[in-house]
Amino acid sequence: MILDMRGVSKVFGKFCPKCLETTGADFNSSICPTCKSVVGVNDVNLTLANGEVLGIVGESGSGKSTLLQLIYQDQEASLGEIFVKDFVGRDGEKKNILDANLNELSHLRNSLMSMIYQNPRLGLNYKFSAGGNIAEKVIMSGNKKYDEIRSRALYFLEKTEIPVSRIDDYPEYFSGGQQQRIQISKALSSNPKILLLDEPTTGLDLSVQAKILDLIKELQHEIGFAMVVVSHDLGVIKHLTDITVVMKNGQIVEKGLTDQILEDPQHPYTQLLVSSIL
Amino acid sequence: MRYAFLDEEAKKEIRRSLLKAIAIPGYIVSFASRELPVARGWGTGGLQITLAMINEKDTLKVIDQGCDGSVNAVNIRNFIKSVTDVNTTVDTKEASIIQTRHRIPEIQLQERQTLVFQVPIPDILETVEPNLGKQKLLHANKDYSKLWVLLYEDTSQFGDSRISNRYPVMVNHRYAMDPSPIPKYDTQKLGNCKALQLFGAGREKKIYAIPPYTNVVPLKFEDREFKVENFEGKSCARCGSTDSFLDEVYDDNGDTHYYCNDTDYCDSNLQIGDK
Repeated sequence: MILDMRGVSKVFGKFCPKCLETTGADFNSSICPTCKSVVGVNDVNLTLANGEVLGIVGESGSGKSTLLQLIYQDQEASLGEIFVKDFVGRDGEKKNILDANLNELSHLRNSLMSMIYQNPRLGLNYKFSAGGNIAEKVIMSGNKKYDEIRSRALYFLEKTEIPVSRIDDYPEYFSGGQQQRIQISKALSSNPKILLLDEPTTGLDLSVQAKILDLIKELQHEIGFAMVVVSHDLGVIKHLTDITVVMKNGQIVEKGLTDQILEDPQHPYTQLLVSSIL
Repeated sequence: MRYAFLDEEAKKEIRRSLLKAIAIPGYIVSFASRELPVARGWGTGGLQITLAMINEKDTLKVIDQGCDGSVNAVNIRNFIKSVTDVNTTVDTKEASIIQTRHRIPEIQLQERQTLVFQVPIPDILETVEPNLGKQKLLHANKDYSKLWVLLYEDTSQFGDSRISNRYPVMVNHRYAMDPSPIPKYDTQKLGNCKALQLFGAGREKKIYAIPPYTNVVPLKFEDREFKVENFEGKSCARCGSTDSFLDEVYDDNGDTHYYCNDTDYCDSNLQIGDK
């Protein structure tokens, strides 16, 4: 298992004992009736094998992105355990990333995982050049040799079909699709074991979407990292993922092989979701 | 008037901050910067450190950009002299406390000496991260990637770092530190120095230190050389020295002359010549 989540919850607000029991898909609500806290993620269990691609679908506010942010530690989970392969404590035992200290966290975020955000502004630093952005990630993963950093940046820009002559240009001089591809270069440059994608193609036009999805898929086949893809676009999920989970009100309501879920949805909400494809 | 101007409580507090700073090389310690008869930003950080540690047995030297005779140095020296009555000197070898702005003396410092720097901007991360809270977090995390990216960008566009002074250094393999605006030339003197080096920023209310014999290295890529100012083929027009940091001076005819920046070093060279 490369990623193992057990009983992970995230509650915004006062966290009363009844929060988790009285919210969720069965109650059709994410707001705790007792303390009015918002339950973003409610007792989620997930495992991901090496090289596997997991899709998370669900409506707005169902906790998809929050779940992803809990894995990447952009937000701290209120409850639960998250284990990542090769992330061990001093004693050599697997360590819950919720107990990690700052140094361990930066190792986790710089060497083991990468995140691609919907908006490249979140993933890129616009004060650095395209090459500088990639260099930042490579440097953070421990490489301090200029020539290696430079050639790595060139390699990934070429892979993502950005003209390498533009390596020293700043992100704002690139088109939206190109910025997204720079973000992908940056995320991959540290050789992550897990790649997290938060709506990677939303907001791009269809031909660029297709190109980026093909690119991600190709790189995934070539390098073999595991991926977690969050999207509300079932087309993206169908194209990229092996297994899919469906979320509603912070809970996972259905889990299975992607084609199975799309062809034969069991949960009423999934049925609604699948039947809503235009 | 109290001895050394500051009240005893103030001195105690500054000494305490100094001890903490020395105990954690390169770590920035806050202190309650006092009002002085000099405006903040005119060397009040260094001045407070000097006043907190000076006693009757000390011999004081004050330099401003290598020169004992410039206005800032003269005024600070006169002030400290008037409130402590210590002996002052221009001789680097004789001094026990050297307060300096923007230079490290050319003559190698010894174990009994203390070098006190006046610092305008204490945190090296200021250039890449203006938020103080985030700066602290980055230090705690030993996350200096933004400084590295700056170095990367300069190297890719100009072949080398563009920073001429205040060059970032790593202290004791742990903290990235602002060495105050000393030229790159002086950066190499910080490491393994026999003297105690103290840094005070009065306006920013910060103190940090490099204890004697501490490992200090400039931030650089493993496969790139650290280059300093090059004075090859030039020598001081006054003493003839070829191994010191030189100032470039133009006369009324537009001709260029070079002089030692460190006036005491220049004078001592002349004295040796006389003998």
